Amino acid sequence: MPNVKIPTPLIQYTGGKREVEIGGVTAGEAIGKLAQEYPDLRQHLYTGDGKLRSFVNVYKGDEDIRYLEGADTEISEGDELSIIPSIAGGRCR
Amino acid sequence: MQTRQPLVQSPNGEVELSNEEIARYSRHLIMPEVALDGQKKLKRARVLTIGAGGLGSPLAMYLAAAGIGTIGIVDFDVVDESNLQRQIIHGTSDLGRPKLESARERIEDINPNVEVETFGEPLSSENAMEIFEDYDVIVDGTDNFPTRYLVNDACVLAGKPNVYGSIFRFEGQASVFYAEEGPCYRCLYPEPPPPGLVPSCAEGGVLGILPGAIGTIQATETVKLILGIGEPLISRLLLYDALSMRFREMKLRKDPNCPVCGENPSVTELIDYQEFCGIPQANAQVDEVPEITVRELSEKLSNGGGVSVLDVREPHEYEVANIGARLIPLGELPERLVELDQDETIAIHCKTGGRSARAVKLLQDAGFQNVYNVKGGITAWSEEIDPSVPKY
Repeated sequence: MPNVKIPTPLIQYTGGKREVEIGGVTAGEAIGKLAQEYPDLRQHLYTGDGKLRSFVNVYKGDEDIRYLEGADTEISEGDELSIIPSIAGGRCR
Repeated sequence: MQTRQPLVQSPNGEVELSNEEIARYSRHLIMPEVALDGQKKLKRARVLTIGAGGLGSPLAMYLAAAGIGTIGIVDFDVVDESNLQRQIIHGTSDLGRPKLESARERIEDINPNVEVETFGEPLSSENAMEIFEDYDVIVDGTDNFPTRYLVNDACVLAGKPNVYGSIFRFEGQASVFYAEEGPCYRCLYPEPPPPGLVPSCAEGGVLGILPGAIGTIQATETVKLILGIGEPLISRLLLYDALSMRFREMKLRKDPNCPVCGENPSVTELIDYQEFCGIPQANAQVDEVPEITVRELSEKLSNGGGVSVLDVREPHEYEVANIGARLIPLGELPERLVELDQDETIAIHCKTGGRSARAVKLLQDAGFQNVYNVKGGITAWSEEIDPSVPKY
């Protein structure tokens, strides 16, 4: 099954897991299943009307799925999906 | 040796190096990629760093040592104990001093040939274009989304590269956003997350060494851009995970519909970035929540109570400092509401008041009537009521 890499700010919603194996034939399906399996993740990944949030980018390998087929991007065994959210830190107070 | 157009042109006799400088930069001068001409470019270069904090510290120190002629720093903060774990440009003897002062002293000690220019005010839509105008490269080491978008847009509008770095816990990101040649920050993230959804470093913590790794990457990219050598991080997002000790790289693309650097930009001047990031609305929401000051709470407690105190921080924070309150982390609150008594008066605190405001809202929405947010959290308690409670 494809692997989804979970970024640090979101691992609190996956029970500390940094990588999750998840089924699905498209990127959208896999992320949807991820949100099903970890319901607390849902509000961080999706807007109220079910769209992926614009500060959450999903990559298949090193390609942003926005520039592939979006949610319909096909994935298969051995593919790696990464969720890369925006982080602001730097000059931390 | 050049692989691209250098940001700073050859000085052609306008800039000379003293014998002291030649000795100082000898390890640069013997590398053909830098050599005498490159070192003069560095001396002629003007680099602006936004923030003299975690990222700004190693960045400014290495740029100073490398011989950047002019380093500008924007910061309006003072040095606090909690900075010293990672902000290595400041020392213990600098506690309470403006960061600009201690940064300037450190830089001048590392390399007195560097001209330091300081800006002791927050970067804003009013001053950004004017400040950026005189610099060749802008390096973003800020800690909040409004300033990130401001730096990005101002760089796009001014046609300057934005050397980006960002950190959280054990993870860092770095890139070079240069709209003249590739995508900008908005192509990557068109919109910021709503306030409160993504924890800040102050809430989430950061490994002290992490900004060292990311800040030195930013310094490296800055020097490469000035010299026109190597391959810059343009159109690439570098991800660093200190725990697995892995670097990964994602491809970035210019978004033709980008509101700032796209084909038909809708943002042609700087906007209100607080508004853009939803800060006023979020503050209004927090303001709507009924508050209690630490003094009022302390009086109530010593007058026999009638109020129960709830702490919504994480257990590891509780271990560092607590005031004996009952602990239910904010994340667990929704499913543990049954443990609370609706008829009681409840005062909720966290570290500084942000998470507890959300907790108050949550309880109100669940029908609780007498819930108050402890203003300033346990930090205010430590400052005003009981200094024996450590501040973290």
